[in-house]
Amino acid sequence: MKQFLSFIRKEFYHISRDKRTILILLGMPIVQIIIFGFAITTEVKDVRVAVFDPSKDEVTQKIIDKLDANEYMNVVSVIDQPEDIESIFRKGKADIAIIFNQHFSENYLHTGDASVQLITDGTDPNTASILTGYVTNVLNAAQQEISGQYKTPLSITPEVKLLYNPGMKGAYNFVPGVMGLILMLICAMMTSISIVREKETGTMEILLVSPVKPIYIIVAKAVPYFALSCINITTILLLSVFVLGVPIAGSLTLLVGVSLLFIFVSLVLGLLISTIVKTQVAAMLASGMVLLLPVMFFSGMIYPTENMPFILQRISDIIPAKWYIAAVKKIMIEGLEVTFVLKEIGILTLMGFTLLVISLKKFNDRLE
Amino acid sequence: MNENNIVIETKDLTKRFGHFTAVDHITFNVCEGEIFGFLGANGAGKTTAMKMLCGLSKPTSGSGKVAGFDIGKQSEQVKKNIGYMSQKFSLYEDLKVWENIRLFAGIYGMKDKDIAVKTDELLSRLGFESERNTLVASLPLGWKQKLSFSVSIFHEPKIVFLDEPTGGVDPATRRQFWELIYQAADRGITVFVTTHYMDEAEYCNRVSIMVDGEIEALDSPANLKKQFGAHGMEDVFYKLARKAKRGE
Repeated sequence: MKQFLSFIRKEFYHISRDKRTILILLGMPIVQIIIFGFAITTEVKDVRVAVFDPSKDEVTQKIIDKLDANEYMNVVSVIDQPEDIESIFRKGKADIAIIFNQHFSENYLHTGDASVQLITDGTDPNTASILTGYVTNVLNAAQQEISGQYKTPLSITPEVKLLYNPGMKGAYNFVPGVMGLILMLICAMMTSISIVREKETGTMEILLVSPVKPIYIIVAKAVPYFALSCINITTILLLSVFVLGVPIAGSLTLLVGVSLLFIFVSLVLGLLISTIVKTQVAAMLASGMVLLLPVMFFSGMIYPTENMPFILQRISDIIPAKWYIAAVKKIMIEGLEVTFVLKEIGILTLMGFTLLVISLKKFNDRLE
Repeated sequence: MNENNIVIETKDLTKRFGHFTAVDHITFNVCEGEIFGFLGANGAGKTTAMKMLCGLSKPTSGSGKVAGFDIGKQSEQVKKNIGYMSQKFSLYEDLKVWENIRLFAGIYGMKDKDIAVKTDELLSRLGFESERNTLVASLPLGWKQKLSFSVSIFHEPKIVFLDEPTGGVDPATRRQFWELIYQAADRGITVFVTTHYMDEAEYCNRVSIMVDGEIEALDSPANLKKQFGAHGMEDVFYKLARKAKRGE
């Protein structure tokens, strides 16, 4: 036991002597939360609208005024020739163009059939659909207003209610993602690097020749990163509740419990990597390529996995972070009870123990 | 040196990896307090043999006893009674001098009180008192090697294994390093050392030379030179190493 404690003390010395790394490890969650919370947002503001209006009547003018009055949009140019539309996009002077038909108001009022064309840059499909959504909303509002003056046609007005995230805040989606990413990074990457470092410097040889049990060496390696992860989870949760205003809807105990389970899985993954690679650089690449990128792509943090092709969905199933992030969403955002996350907990536990058996076996093989 | 007290003895010690026989039936004894040079070209099987003696790897066949314990069955006991220092410098660079000493002493189960007393003793003997709180990374290489050796025998092991301990060190420091080795041997610690420097081989009480996994020669440097009609150990080594069929 005394041996074990002196090992843990040594690991804390290693981390505390490396000021730059500890700054990164403790600062990273704060930076990520702030970047995701404030810099990366799917809202589109200050949309520049170009208008081609050959009709120039009361109705089109009303619509144009309404567009300009909208807080997200400004009408920046009025085009005289339809040919100018392309050049305006090429020069990057407008984000969306609105083309009215000739005799717009006449057609609208008499036949009830007036058409308007929206043109926007499809390079970024998300932004394009948000832009057309904005303009369509304004057009609908204008239509109701105008038609209200004459007669009220029968219409169905959907009233949308968004469960769990009524404000449609992006934070509700990424806070669980950032938690998964950070824990994976610290536990798996840092643990594997720190074990491999001892191989590189030759100190591992000395430890193996000493009477210390190899399992003590490994467990002692994991302890400080476990502590760091706990600090980071606390930071993330505090920031998301008090800065981003994302409440913890479900049980905090359950949330912490699931996080500890995921930390365990990540630590074991780090151990597995350290038994496979020989150098610190390889450890970093392996955890970067094999762990971090898949976590970003396949965990549902950025892209929803439901829309992926079948094969990619199955790949995403073997990413532990996917299940952790799903569980955190359920507990933290939707406020669900433990019975609803049993599947996630079961899968993570199974993954953890399978990986543990594999890596302990590989670790012992390496000793021989 | 106490010739009646044998601390390392092997009989037909063999290690095979698949069809490759890295160590082929080696048999030798080492006495208490002896400085035993373990020589051989790269790939001759020195490291594998040493790993077996340290309890890191189990012999395929044959037997060996280190400090009275069987290397195959009692590797835990073997590990407790030996010290080890490798070719790669092996203290923690980001730990202070005294932290390194405390860590390794703690690993070998020494009591805190004893550690404190012995640390003071060691530092004053080496003239390192002022470096107690220095990070090992900022010590010169020669100092590191000396400190590393002193740490490897800090827990007073019966035998210390040195794997090319003086690689990359200047001749003056090597000289000082060997003085430390002699001091340890005088205290009754058996020194088992591998080296590629033939002048160091001359410092040993007895020398064994491995070729292709077998011990080709084993005697005192003076007798070996006589036996091979050579002027120096360098000559002896060339004559034997030339026979090697194995590449690196």
